[in-house]
Amino acid sequence: MSVQPATKALSARDFKSDVKPVWCPGCGDYSVLSSITKALAELGLSPEEVAVISGIGCSSRIPAYLNSYGFHGVHGRATALATGLKLSRPELTVLVTGGDGDGFSIGGNHFLHACRRNVDMTYIVMDNRVYGMTKGQPSPTTEPDWDNSALAPAGTGLRPFNPLVIALASGANFIARAFSGDPNGTAQLIVEAIKTPGFSFVEILSPCVTFRPDQREWKTDVHPSPVDPTEDIGRAARRLMTDDGFNLGVLYSGHRKPYALNFDASVDSLSDLEQQFAV
Amino acid sequence: MTEQPGTYKSVSIALTGAGGAGVITAGNMLLEAAAKSGLYGLFMRSSGPQIRGGEAAAMIRLSSKPVGGPGESFDIMIALDWHNIDRFAIELPLTPNSLVLADPAQGEVPAVIANSGAQIIQLPMKDMAKKIKKGRPNMLALGVVATLIGLPDDIVDAVLERVLAKRGGDALEASRAAVAAGMEIAATYDFDRTLKGDADGGDRWMLSGNEAAGLGAIRGGIRFVAAYPITPATEILEWIAPNLDKIGGALVQAEDELASINMIIGGSYGGTPSLTATSGPGLALMAESLGLAVASEVPVVVVDVMRGGPSTGIPTKSEQSDLNIALFGLHGDAPHLVVAPTSVSDCLFATQWSVHLAEAMQTPAIVLSDQLLGQSKAIIDKPADLAFVSQRSVVEAGVVDYKRYAITQNGVSPMAIPGTAGGQYTADGLEHSENGNPSSQVNDHISQLDKRARKIESFDYGDHWADIEGDGELAVITWGSTAAVVSEAISDLNDKGVNIRMIAPRLLAPALPDKMTEALKGVKRALAIELSHSEQFYRYLKGYFDLPCPVQSYHRPGPLPFRAAELVNEIEKWSAQ
Ligand SMILES: Cc1ncc(C[n+]2csc(CCOP(=O)(O)OP(=O)(O)O)c2C)c(N)n1
Ligand code: SF4
Repeated sequence: MSVQPATKALSARDFKSDVKPVWCPGCGDYSVLSSITKALAELGLSPEEVAVISGIGCSSRIPAYLNSYGFHGVHGRATALATGLKLSRPELTVLVTGGDGDGFSIGGNHFLHACRRNVDMTYIVMDNRVYGMTKGQPSPTTEPDWDNSALAPAGTGLRPFNPLVIALASGANFIARAFSGDPNGTAQLIVEAIKTPGFSFVEILSPCVTFRPDQREWKTDVHPSPVDPTEDIGRAARRLMTDDGFNLGVLYSGHRKPYALNFDASVDSLSDLEQQFAV
Repeated sequence: MTEQPGTYKSVSIALTGAGGAGVITAGNMLLEAAAKSGLYGLFMRSSGPQIRGGEAAAMIRLSSKPVGGPGESFDIMIALDWHNIDRFAIELPLTPNSLVLADPAQGEVPAVIANSGAQIIQLPMKDMAKKIKKGRPNMLALGVVATLIGLPDDIVDAVLERVLAKRGGDALEASRAAVAAGMEIAATYDFDRTLKGDADGGDRWMLSGNEAAGLGAIRGGIRFVAAYPITPATEILEWIAPNLDKIGGALVQAEDELASINMIIGGSYGGTPSLTATSGPGLALMAESLGLAVASEVPVVVVDVMRGGPSTGIPTKSEQSDLNIALFGLHGDAPHLVVAPTSVSDCLFATQWSVHLAEAMQTPAIVLSDQLLGQSKAIIDKPADLAFVSQRSVVEAGVVDYKRYAITQNGVSPMAIPGTAGGQYTADGLEHSENGNPSSQVNDHISQLDKRARKIESFDYGDHWADIEGDGELAVITWGSTAAVVSEAISDLNDKGVNIRMIAPRLLAPALPDKMTEALKGVKRALAIELSHSEQFYRYLKGYFDLPCPVQSYHRPGPLPFRAAELVNEIEKWSAQ
């Protein structure tokens, strides 16, 4: 299963496929796509050694727009599918991409367990605090008073889910937040996330211009985190208590050993196993 | 009965007691000693709903011929105590020919037992065991049974030595003394069910259906398993985890079945033949993603060890009521494979074959086993080595203009395994064009639906699609664990001069109506037999086959398994119509 090293350095463009995105003009996901291709090129990877796994949603369409291997699975289960792939093919670079509904609502349980299991892969969530694909319902990260959805005309009144808090509490080894309006900064964070062993989680604030036009303001809301990344979980937790949701950069980068399986054989043949059943 | 010693068709033994009384341990030793004496046998266990400490029954049927199901009634029952006996007495049919050994220290023999008219002998097992240092009543019972059925002393001793060697000399000596005491007292009884084994009858194996399925999986090439524990499938996982580890595979415990099915789709997409095992509730959770495996053409194998349903149902008892969900539980037009083993040993073949089929056709296969097969341990002839191993059509590095979902004649399109240069594509559950790009075009939908159906419809399944026995003008059509009991019932009817044909399809999806018509050639009437309240199999036969003769149905739900006498009775009634 060896992978041929790339003979010449590839550019970001070499990672794009010729499939035209279905996204609305101005959608934040375009620049996330660019940031991913930039990061992969910068890492000197070949498209065939990368697999990008997703669920369902606008953001989950990304694999088809890349020239790597990809899997566009079912809604909410991408981290599980990616876990099976990475555990059985540890030499591949595995990315998971999707939305906040996909990852934190229907896929919430898998998110917890992916963080906790700490398999070496990078999970990129394009958080637009709305269900884009199904045309504008509140997601777990939606503000309680957002009242532009027919399903919650008075807002949900629910406390939003804080992905970074959950990732930290569940054991993710690398946690960062990026903004799609800063494609270069985002690319750098993705590079770091991929390079860091274990489960890396990158929340990318990626506006849904169609159903959340208010998110155009995000470009003025975001700001670099005032502090450097920490490897101290307690410190990271305290910082999250004062996080306004727009701090960008690496929050936490730890040293947990990634979870992996051992595929080395200790017996030569099946008959060694079958012996146990002989009378 | 007036049969001569050594000519019994089979002998059935029940050992019962509270959890911790050791009836399962004694049952395992008895089965092993019987196997070493050249007998065949089937060890079914029944346990209460308690996690630990509930009542348990070891139900063992031994014979000089292969055993596929429970006997009519028990010849010997040894009750170490009467713990919750009312709850499972119905599973222990006794007759006036039965012998029941009861311990007077455990109180009076309960009416449910006494009313059978069985001969009852009081044996103070607890007191007798107490006289032996570290002696235990279950070992005493083992000695009693061994003598009543004529197992050679040295073979029983060899089993004790093998099993107890690790536990140190004390435990072994205590058990030896208890077994000897049991043998001594049993020799004084006027009761004999000696069976003749054939110790030179060739190589035999002893294993459960769940272990057999695990081995079949590994033989077929499975190297990655992701699963979530569930009764009665967990033993597959418990067996396969350490054994995969030895052979160079691995198992991961998933957070739920939604994850386990997706993990194995991921593993298989990466090129590693992958499997999960579950029961009805887990299969229900997997339904959406099984559709993903169909659409994205990723081979996976799901073993469903059926229990009583719906919902949590009866986790520790068997039923054939997941047929509908296995056949029809996927949304959309989603052709896939459903294979059902017909015996404990067939769990090996059926699972191995399923891996082969899934890999060859790049589609999911559901193996429909059940609690009866999965959790019963059988003595079988050593299974043949089978040629079926996973063979997936893949492309080599350097492929140009690769189309993952290319329309091919047999519907199978070579797969690119991640890492293969030039083969990059996106596997998709969205309908797609030949190159894998999402498409809602009429032509793409139709041609992809066609190819996915063609893959499994044009495949040559050979003779493995069904077990067919006999050539009567009357036929019983059945499936799964019921097949073994039907086969026994038919052989009993043959002895009475009634000739019945049995057809037990192993391949349930795709349905092969032409093969069924062929198998029914010359048949005037057929009877479908199954363990399902809503006669799922019968309705499937009516709906998916052009049956050339009238078919009637005999069906009932679990949890009680079929016994040959019940089916002989039903088949006779039906054939006399
Ligand atoms: C099992 C299932 N339930 C519901 C849907 C419908 N659905 C598709 S995408 C989506 C939500 C997408 O939201 P998000 O993940 O935030 O991604 P976005 O579209 O905003 O990028 C839903 C509910 C589905 N595809 N599958
Ligand atoms: S609906 Fe929103 S998230 Fe979806 S493509 Fe349009 S802008 Fe992007």
